[in-house]
Amino acid sequence: MTLDEGMTLDDVLASLFPGGHALERGPFGTVHGTGRLEGGGQIALVGIVDRTPLGVDGALLLASRVLAVIDKGGGVPIMMLVDTASQSMTRRDELLGLNEYLAHLSKSLALAAARGHRTVGVLYGRAAAGAFIATALSTQVLAAVRGAEPSVMDLPSIARVTKLPLDQLERLAQSTPIFAPGLDPMVAVGAVAQIWDASKPLAEQLAALLRQSVEARDRRDEIGLARKGRLLAAGIAQRVAKEAAAGA
Amino acid sequence: MSISWRPHEADWYEASARERIAGLVDPDSFVEFLGPDQRAMSPHLAQFNLTGAFDDGLIVGRGTLDGQAVLLAAQEGRFLGGAFGEVHGAKLVGLLRGARAAAGTGGPKCVLLLLDTGGVRLQEANAGELSISETIRAIVEARLAGVAVVALIGGRSGAFGGGGIITACCSRIVVSQHARVSVSGPEVIETNKGVEEFDSKDRALVWRITGGRTRTLTGGADRYVKGRIRDFRQAAIELMTQAPPFTFETLAAEQRRLAERLQEYGECRDAPQLWRKSGLPEPERIAELSDDAFLAMARTKECKHDAR
Amino acid sequence: MEKFEVKGTNRRRAPGGRRQTITGVNASGNLEVMIERVLPDSECLVEVTTAVTGFRDIWYAVIEEFFERSAPGGLRFSINDGGARPDTVMLRLMQGVRLMEAPP
Repeated sequence: MTLDEGMTLDDVLASLFPGGHALERGPFGTVHGTGRLEGGGQIALVGIVDRTPLGVDGALLLASRVLAVIDKGGGVPIMMLVDTASQSMTRRDELLGLNEYLAHLSKSLALAAARGHRTVGVLYGRAAAGAFIATALSTQVLAAVRGAEPSVMDLPSIARVTKLPLDQLERLAQSTPIFAPGLDPMVAVGAVAQIWDASKPLAEQLAALLRQSVEARDRRDEIGLARKGRLLAAGIAQRVAKEAAAGA
Repeated sequence: MSISWRPHEADWYEASARERIAGLVDPDSFVEFLGPDQRAMSPHLAQFNLTGAFDDGLIVGRGTLDGQAVLLAAQEGRFLGGAFGEVHGAKLVGLLRGARAAAGTGGPKCVLLLLDTGGVRLQEANAGELSISETIRAIVEARLAGVAVVALIGGRSGAFGGGGIITACCSRIVVSQHARVSVSGPEVIETNKGVEEFDSKDRALVWRITGGRTRTLTGGADRYVKGRIRDFRQAAIELMTQAPPFTFETLAAEQRRLAERLQEYGECRDAPQLWRKSGLPEPERIAELSDDAFLAMARTKECKHDAR
Repeated sequence: MEKFEVKGTNRRRAPGGRRQTITGVNASGNLEVMIERVLPDSECLVEVTTAVTGFRDIWYAVIEEFFERSAPGGLRFSINDGGARPDTVMLRLMQGVRLMEAPP
């Protein structure tokens, strides 16, 4: 990561928790710990950092951390710090069933939310594809620090797979957020709820987020509609949901 | 299609998504939601000079399975690789949300997901990726409401990328020999890590690493079936009442199950190594066994688990 | 991308009671055809969307031959083409009309 874009993990933690934090680095690029919130209370921290790809080992460890928070109870909120790459792309990961390990992390975060542990994603670096799905996108609300780089796939790879010229893709990317990598398209389609301003204290921005009531349901498609980045999804989902519930 | 075609006898792999549905549910019980005549199509394909599908490659609806009400979604794996686009994904999300909404008032107790997908449709990458995340959320919500979600996989496109992650969020997973379940596709691994790591043209390797038999033996799938639609139907009927609840206990069991797998087999780089370690006969010949022979052998290995 | 339509008049009504059907898949070398019984009995319509341009004459010829060989009255055919050959197009159209013969 270049120093003039985005924040380092230490910068992020210092700005988020002026009241203090305790973070341990674990294997496979994982971290866990706690942060002290302004105005009292704590937030559990889990994360994948240093642009480490997310594989079976890291995903399992992260899930165990989340399950430990649920087991302890008390409604402690959970922050997922994210600076990963894509999922780990190795024969071993796939043989062992990477899809199950990533899903297990996703499910664990979902269970935490269902059990009263509010989940907040903080994307301060990169996240792509399956790693993006299992970490940042598996939280109830996702904040990204300006400089973060979420993506499904980079444009040159998209160009290779779709057999379209890269310059044509770049032109198309200007006019629609529906496929382009980067932070602004992800905000427009509703994936990222808030962009945090790195030049202002993150603690206040986190506090403001936590003051908002927890979303009872997944409204990202409605947010995408309101922001005009995803014009059809919310309406289609609503129509089908209505028919599915009516048939009962 | 000959007039005497009987849906039950047909091969899952060769069938279209609509044919799979027709052979899976009780005869004439399927009612489609937001059908093709509604023309809810993708607005994003024309700019890539691609033609669309009237149902955007995903069919949703309800039917009965052995008399029980079920909801279904089926991906057409031959249309743009069954990949998730904005409308395609939204239909799936809507179905699962509807399942959850109806659960409290005597609605269907099971959603069947006939997955056949290469992952995200790159032309609509962000919408596709997000719909996968929303699908995962909706599967969890449905399971929390007591609805079983059963994945059925055995088509041309497999369950790749986000489709692989969705698969493992389901209550139970059914595969045939044709199935492939994976996150990164072979070509992507090869491009990123080199042909030594994964020769994407080596079909036998692809099936050893990601195929239905491997998934069955490692616990990545819960039921292996022969390839006819009727075999999937039978498995779905049995599994729809065997779904584990979505609780801490289930996820704790899943944590233990996945940890044990890493402990036992974490050093393995190819399937035969794994089979040898687990004491299976003829570890080099798993792919060559007949379905009957494989089923007989898999049953001895079957770890009935209460996880997912 | 090409979108065009071909109208038929003075046709025989397509027998059967089925209101709607869909056959085929928009995949390479294939096509998807949706048929709706929504027109007056003697009229029919074929709407084509294809990314393979420059073959309109061949499409017209196949569709006209289809009108001659079958009784398509009352039917609206909508096609999403994946680069199918003329004989595949004819096959799907004929398949479609047969499917519409089913009772409602």
